[in-house]
Amino acid sequence: MLVDVEARVLRNTRLSSDYNVIALAAPDIAAAVQPGQFVMVKSGRSGDPLLRRPFSVFEVLRSNDRVEGLTLLSKRVGATTSILYEAVEGDTISCLGPLGRPFEPVDAGTEAWMVAGGVGLAPFATLGEALVTRRIQTTLFYGARTGAELFYLDWFTARGIRLVLATEDGSAGVRARITVPLERELGSRLPDPGSRSDVMIYACGPEPMLEAVANVAAKYKRSSQLSVERTMGCGMGGCYSCVIPVRDAQSVRHYVRSCIAGPVFKGEDLVWD
Amino acid sequence: MGLADLSVDIGSLRLQNPLIAASGCFGYGVEYAEAVDLSTLGGVAVKGLFLKEREGHPPERIVETPSGMLNAIGLQGIGVHRFIREKLPELRQLRATVIVNICGSTLDEYVELARILSDADGVAALELNISCPNIKEGGITFGCSLHGTFDVVNAVKKVTPLPVIPKLTPNVTDVASFARASEDAGADAVSLVNTFLAMAIDVETRRPKLSNIVGGLSGPAIRPIAVRMVYECRRAVKIPVIGMGGIANARDVLEFIIAGATAVQVGTANFVDPFIWAKLLDGITDYMRRHNLARISDLTGTIDTTSREKQWISS
Repeated sequence: MLVDVEARVLRNTRLSSDYNVIALAAPDIAAAVQPGQFVMVKSGRSGDPLLRRPFSVFEVLRSNDRVEGLTLLSKRVGATTSILYEAVEGDTISCLGPLGRPFEPVDAGTEAWMVAGGVGLAPFATLGEALVTRRIQTTLFYGARTGAELFYLDWFTARGIRLVLATEDGSAGVRARITVPLERELGSRLPDPGSRSDVMIYACGPEPMLEAVANVAAKYKRSSQLSVERTMGCGMGGCYSCVIPVRDAQSVRHYVRSCIAGPVFKGEDLVWD
Repeated sequence: MGLADLSVDIGSLRLQNPLIAASGCFGYGVEYAEAVDLSTLGGVAVKGLFLKEREGHPPERIVETPSGMLNAIGLQGIGVHRFIREKLPELRQLRATVIVNICGSTLDEYVELARILSDADGVAALELNISCPNIKEGGITFGCSLHGTFDVVNAVKKVTPLPVIPKLTPNVTDVASFARASEDAGADAVSLVNTFLAMAIDVETRRPKLSNIVGGLSGPAIRPIAVRMVYECRRAVKIPVIGMGGIANARDVLEFIIAGATAVQVGTANFVDPFIWAKLLDGITDYMRRHNLARISDLTGTIDTTSREKQWISS
């Protein structure tokens, strides 16, 4: 059920000079959210910033089997993310959700490869947990500019999720875009004639990365699910701001609202302008 | 005192309260059914419809500005036939009072849309979009000419028994004259304001922030101008004025009503808070209790402009 919560800040962990993880007391949203869904956040009561901003739910916080809240992974780029970065325990942040279409889980026997670019890591903690719980063999391909911007690595390995890292400066993992090791691993599987459903690729990150992931997936005939982020006004289908072009069943290109038709799309449905 | 009477009359249409979801800010209404019981709203003005489906402009379609937002959506929409087939049955089931906003490239298109919607089950009124600032091919060409406004209202009135509400643009010198032209042509009410033509530029790249270069400004930033225009129109016509522009709380609703609005529309604020409607109603009824008002319709146009000088002298 959709709720708007004046959520108290439980804690705010700064991971770097511009990344932070903010924990919010929004148990109703946290208990209902599915991996890939998002919340619309309003970080002040004034008219500046006026509109909410979308954030993937990063973690669901539990203590003694009770859901106590959720966290958001944020990178400081604008007004709302600056307020989230500076927030302290006890502040309140308005949080509307859960919203959007979640990732579809894979069947047992299929591997899950999650591809994250930068702050695009956000939906993969909840997805990774859900997959591991279903005993799905899960890998995180995680790329950033530099090793200092790769976060939560221990969190993923502690849950049995294999890591493949890439950085633009080579300070961690391979010195390449994350799609390079992704393509290498897909390519190395080619001799195995396995069905195209042996791997499901999930991706979230900058759109050029998503396009590259979709192309690599198509080249090696694998399915992909991509979480996009477009400039969003409302998150509920009201404003028609966040549209993205898709190809429908008749191969006709048209715009759909990424807030309600997405934010998760099948890679083969998206059209890259 | 008994229950506050929140009902208002727009021509032959009685709304149970003066709060209408503004066209272009509420999808087709059904998107918000999870957040708000649509039957509790005075009305739902659905997203502007042409005869045919439209793709709208490419992104970027919105940009935030101080206390406001600029949009250039370009009237993406499913067209009137799909609306009647796919959305209207659900709106009927949700017991929404549906005001259909219609847009045409030609006079004939408005007339055709009005005919089709008059035959559909569950349409309470027609709002004529003659004021969208974001598309070239029509609408605004009617809304920026007194003759054009008269002609389109007159032509639509001839083919529909439904209340007809032209939605006026603020991007003219004297909006009251457009309200008068609407009234002369038989309009049952006028609604205003649509958005203010505006633009925003990224100074680093020197590129416009919207793909359409220019867009329409809405939100609290425009409210004082919209209130002034509602006030001017109220003094110019006898038909009801539906006010809108930056309403964000109950005091803003009351301000428009006191300036002369019979009903109001809420747009941008719904993006920020989809649960705003109950809060607005609570605020209005609280005001009515404090001011001993039995009927909200009695508040319309009650702005007191008498001189206050003597009080200042004596105080």
